[in-house]
Amino acid sequence: MSTVYNLKREVEKPARFTGGHRLCAGCGAGIVVSGVLRALDNEDRAVVVNATSCLEVSTFMYPYTAYMDSYIHSAFENSAATCSGVEAAYHALKRRGKVEGTVKFITFGGDGGTYDIGFQSLSGAMERGHDMVYVCYDNEAYMNTGIQRSSSTPHFARTTTTPVGSVGQGKKQNKKDLTEILVAHNIPYAAQAAPIGNFKDLHTKSYKAIYTEGPCFLNVLSPCPRGWDYPTEKLAEIARLAVDTCVWPLYEVEEGVWRLTYIPKKKLPVEDFLRPQGRFRHMFEKGNEWMLEEAQAYVDQKWERLLERTGA
Amino acid sequence: MSDRLSGNEAVAYALKQINPDVMGAFPITPSTEIPEYFAQYVADGEVNTEYVTVESEHSSMSVCIAAQAAGARAVCATSSAGLALMYELLYIAASCRLPVTLACVNRALSGPININNDHSDSMGARDTGWIQIYAENNQEAYDNFLMAMPIGETPSVRLPVMTCMDGFITSHAVENIELLETEVVRKFIGEYNPENYLLKKENPLAVGPYDVSPYYMEHKVLEAEAMKAAKARILEVATEFEKISGRRYGLFEEYRMEDAELALVLIGSTAGTAKAAVDKLREDGVKAGLIKIRVFRPFPGEELARALANTKAVAVMDKSEGFSANGGPLFAETRSALYDLKERPYLIDIVYGLGGRDVKTEDIEKVFGRLANIAATGEIGPVYTHMGQRSKEENA
Ligand SMILES: Cc1ncc(C[n+]2csc(CCOP(=O)(O)OP(=O)(O)O)c2C)c(N)n1
Ligand code: SF4
Ligand SMILES: [Mg+2]
Repeated sequence: MSTVYNLKREVEKPARFTGGHRLCAGCGAGIVVSGVLRALDNEDRAVVVNATSCLEVSTFMYPYTAYMDSYIHSAFENSAATCSGVEAAYHALKRRGKVEGTVKFITFGGDGGTYDIGFQSLSGAMERGHDMVYVCYDNEAYMNTGIQRSSSTPHFARTTTTPVGSVGQGKKQNKKDLTEILVAHNIPYAAQAAPIGNFKDLHTKSYKAIYTEGPCFLNVLSPCPRGWDYPTEKLAEIARLAVDTCVWPLYEVEEGVWRLTYIPKKKLPVEDFLRPQGRFRHMFEKGNEWMLEEAQAYVDQKWERLLERTGA
Repeated sequence: MSDRLSGNEAVAYALKQINPDVMGAFPITPSTEIPEYFAQYVADGEVNTEYVTVESEHSSMSVCIAAQAAGARAVCATSSAGLALMYELLYIAASCRLPVTLACVNRALSGPININNDHSDSMGARDTGWIQIYAENNQEAYDNFLMAMPIGETPSVRLPVMTCMDGFITSHAVENIELLETEVVRKFIGEYNPENYLLKKENPLAVGPYDVSPYYMEHKVLEAEAMKAAKARILEVATEFEKISGRRYGLFEEYRMEDAELALVLIGSTAGTAKAAVDKLREDGVKAGLIKIRVFRPFPGEELARALANTKAVAVMDKSEGFSANGGPLFAETRSALYDLKERPYLIDIVYGLGGRDVKTEDIEKVFGRLANIAATGEIGPVYTHMGQRSKEENA
């Protein structure tokens, strides 16, 4: 593959993730999946693993699959272990002359399946060092079951289990920093990505993750118009705002070296990201200014720390 | 060749002879030794299995499911809480029609936590779609494990197989055992060549769909049909196995049942004790007999009814509670199987041996005493009771 990214060339590759799936219009998940799978070289095969999620129920509803490659879904909480099993079988069968060619192993889990219920399985697989990529498409709640909070849901966000009321103010806790936790596993490659612009960011990181030997992790922000409560056509805009407000910084950690892959020309106020989304509406009500202040302070603090780490 | 091995060693040795593609390994007493022995085989280069040291039994079964779907032969061993942690995945293995093989070393379930033998772990998994085969002793543990793959992998079956042995009693006691030559074992097991698998180059496969109502029921009926088909296959494999080993197996073992009037139905190592009791009673002229269930899933209902048709009184001995308030799981199956008989024997259930509570020949004799009384008087008394527990007075 040439190292210069060319969207046209990438889009012209035969699609591995096809249309006709049942994800909502404007769902970030499908875009993330096609973006990641497009990074595979044409001649390589892949086995795609999926945790139970919106993505799974929408892309492999019997008898139709949206994947051109082999695919396995087992349960909600075990996708990393499932990927370990396929990868282990590959090595065993290869050793015994029963499988030929290069096969890559790519897992997709939602934030619930990754930050929460599948966390142990993921940590175990990363520690064991399987040659695989785990991609979390992070839409910041359990969307498939109707928008319940996860440990990835940001502070103050309204979900169906963190409703806003006379006492309730949305989610009480901050978002778990899973990417940092994965970095602490000392894996060869971990990155945070988002579906922005011409997908160069997602493509480059996916390519590195797929073609770096060993366990690699990608955390990709995946806007959900339904759960975040914004108009479907605003996907790119919302993702862009997450990045430009530094709510979702883009960076990678390669063999322990931290690197920012995108520095906003002008760091926008967090409000700009929050305002278009219904899940944060109550933060803009009179008397709740403190919520916006807290949200801003949290992002600033995290961003400063990241700047230090990356030496930017 | 003859040797002296514990049940765990025997299964580990069978695994070495099979040299499976993938093993998921996680410790739990009393099955821990199986992955330990196997790790040494891996370390010594005696097998070239991909040995995956997972972080939980949940992942162990997940690895096995995925590896088997990928086209590999996958195995693991567990007990008690480990099996319970796999609960959801047991259903997934069976419904994806993946013939994973699991050695279950039976141990009580929490709580309170207890490491000794009873059957509450595998009985809790009885409706997951797994074939379940139980051993009385080390020899059977070895033999059953060798028969598991030829049963489960047959295209008409394609179901996972759990071979069970009693924790400590069988897993840790060293006994004389006849082992087959490795070449003979390999020939008997054969290569695993599934028709479709994830790593097949020519034809990608998708496993584990979201299945909607218009299809789900059909899939479940197919699974149920496979379990029915397993019965014939189990017997076929037993016949083939007899040819290489000289040892004969059926769905259950009938011990002195020809003219038996009083009979026990039970599972596992207690059969040894019960056989001794039967022999003793026979000497005294009591027409006692025993049925040791070997295959619990698929349940040999019709065959069992036939075997018990001429008895007068039968005691089912359940080594797990079940908490149905209506008797243990073996009792439920047996009573249901007998329903179709024109003339049914009297039937009682005795729950015994929980959490490693010992059962002696005298205990079994007492059960036969109860049966003799029931047969003579027609007074059945309480149908479902427990045996071996201290009385309230003793506890006080
Ligand atoms: C063990 C288990 N618990 C709960 C569920 C129900 N469930 C299915 S998908 C899902 C939420 C998935 O959330 P996430 O991983 O964030 O993916 P999303 O749907 O948001 O894309 C839940 C709770 C399940 N299938 N299995
Ligand atoms: S609910 Fe959200 S994540 Fe789920 S399919 Fe719809 S847009 Fe995508
Ligand atoms: Mg989610």
